[in-house]
Amino acid sequence: MSLFDKFEPLNAQYVRLEAIDANPFAITFDHVLSPTEAMIGDSRILLLGTNNYLGLTYDTEIVTKAVQATRAFGTGTTGSRIANGSYDGHKKLERALKDFYGRKHAMVFSTGYQANLGIISTLAGKNDHLLLDADSHASIYDGSRLGHAQVTRFRHNDPNDLHKRLRRLADVPGDKIVVVEGIYSMLGDTAPLREFAEVKREWGAYLIVDEAHSLGVLGETGRGLAEMQNVEPDVDFVVGTFSKSLGSVGGFCVSNLDDFDILRVACRPYMFTASLPPGVIAATMEALHQLRARPELRLRLIENARRLYAGLTGLGFCLGPEPSPVVSAIMPNPETAFALWSDLLKAGLYTNVSLPPATPNGLALLRSSVSAAHTPQQIDHAIALFEQTGRALGMVPASAATHASHHAAASPSLSVTSA
Amino acid sequence: MNESVDDIRTIVTSTLRALLPAPVELSDNTNIMRDLGLDSVSVMDFVMETEECLDISVPLDRISEVETIGDLVTMLHDLKGGD
Repeated sequence: MSLFDKFEPLNAQYVRLEAIDANPFAITFDHVLSPTEAMIGDSRILLLGTNNYLGLTYDTEIVTKAVQATRAFGTGTTGSRIANGSYDGHKKLERALKDFYGRKHAMVFSTGYQANLGIISTLAGKNDHLLLDADSHASIYDGSRLGHAQVTRFRHNDPNDLHKRLRRLADVPGDKIVVVEGIYSMLGDTAPLREFAEVKREWGAYLIVDEAHSLGVLGETGRGLAEMQNVEPDVDFVVGTFSKSLGSVGGFCVSNLDDFDILRVACRPYMFTASLPPGVIAATMEALHQLRARPELRLRLIENARRLYAGLTGLGFCLGPEPSPVVSAIMPNPETAFALWSDLLKAGLYTNVSLPPATPNGLALLRSSVSAAHTPQQIDHAIALFEQTGRALGMVPASAATHASHHAAASPSLSVTSA
Repeated sequence: MNESVDDIRTIVTSTLRALLPAPVELSDNTNIMRDLGLDSVSVMDFVMETEECLDISVPLDRISEVETIGDLVTMLHDLKGGD
């Protein structure tokens, strides 16, 4: 018996991928050239599998701010904000987030994962009840396991099922806290937040919305799905990340609830980890400024998302329910997902493979994501590679629409203005 | 309505049969993950179907204690307030 015997089934799958030289979980980029291109060996690869939604990672001003802050304040803080003190930059970034969201309180975490871990595990105490959307991200499930509350899950995007579960808890003591996401990272679908808000109000529950994939993407000023659906007053806590639209790393939570700041000395994933380095904080500050000052980035992102969604739909791929910066093609099985992924990469296009249990309903997904930094020509090239590769694998019929005719199918659901 | 252990066992096995791609022999000793090849999320999805039938909510920590169909039937009966 070995310590690692329990991983044998997982290991068997992993070794099989290594053997066919197509392991999406071990890919390394030797050089990254821009938000949309990288080198693997001598091959130039078009990146269609990042979360670099606004394409800000190489922005000159952001890089300059990061370098200046690193020179002035050093490479790291070497400690936690509670044990070793905050830097001026942490406070400034929290002020900027409060201003952006128009909320009284903000807390910055070292990753988006830790923001969910910390907020969910700390807010929900021993006698409270957490109700999670079934398709929630791993960080939400892990946060619920770190805490001591009773945890149940409701059907994905189903306010009626949430209603039933809150009804069953009506006479049970303890606070009820509901957790949903703005955009779900696997299929790119959005939550019916307006309906969830009604249910939450009816039963006096609290609502946490994770806007990790919707910050900078949805809403008139980029605040996310709550802004787009005009329900921000009903959202008690917004959690988000700096590692997608803002192009750095870190997480945050904003709220209007009084006494929010007590969480700083109660929330273990905030207290017992090093705070973000000055360079990251400065880059995030500048990226947030650009998110606000350059709404054209969001418009370009949405245009690219629609272009890719319509193009792949035209080729006959079965996609998630609505166009969003995440465009996932549903594959018949994991083997097909790996084959398509591998052939696309050989043709010069990087995408993602997502498999159960990370995906909903046992689906195998070939996941793409677009950036504001993609040119329309790059999106068209990606669609052409899907067409050529998919046809070679027998997934795209000869009669499928070519990439020249994909402009028509834009959906009204991905809108920058309020619904 | 207060379902008996047998009622609950019928709900569990018929829900599982609808979910599995091929017919399998199911007993109280069937290990849900090992014998039926369900991953952790599929188990939670399957339990959700039984919650609907019984009008109960099953906390996730109770699901993680379940290994066999017999465990699940006992747990659901317990949550339903059976004696």
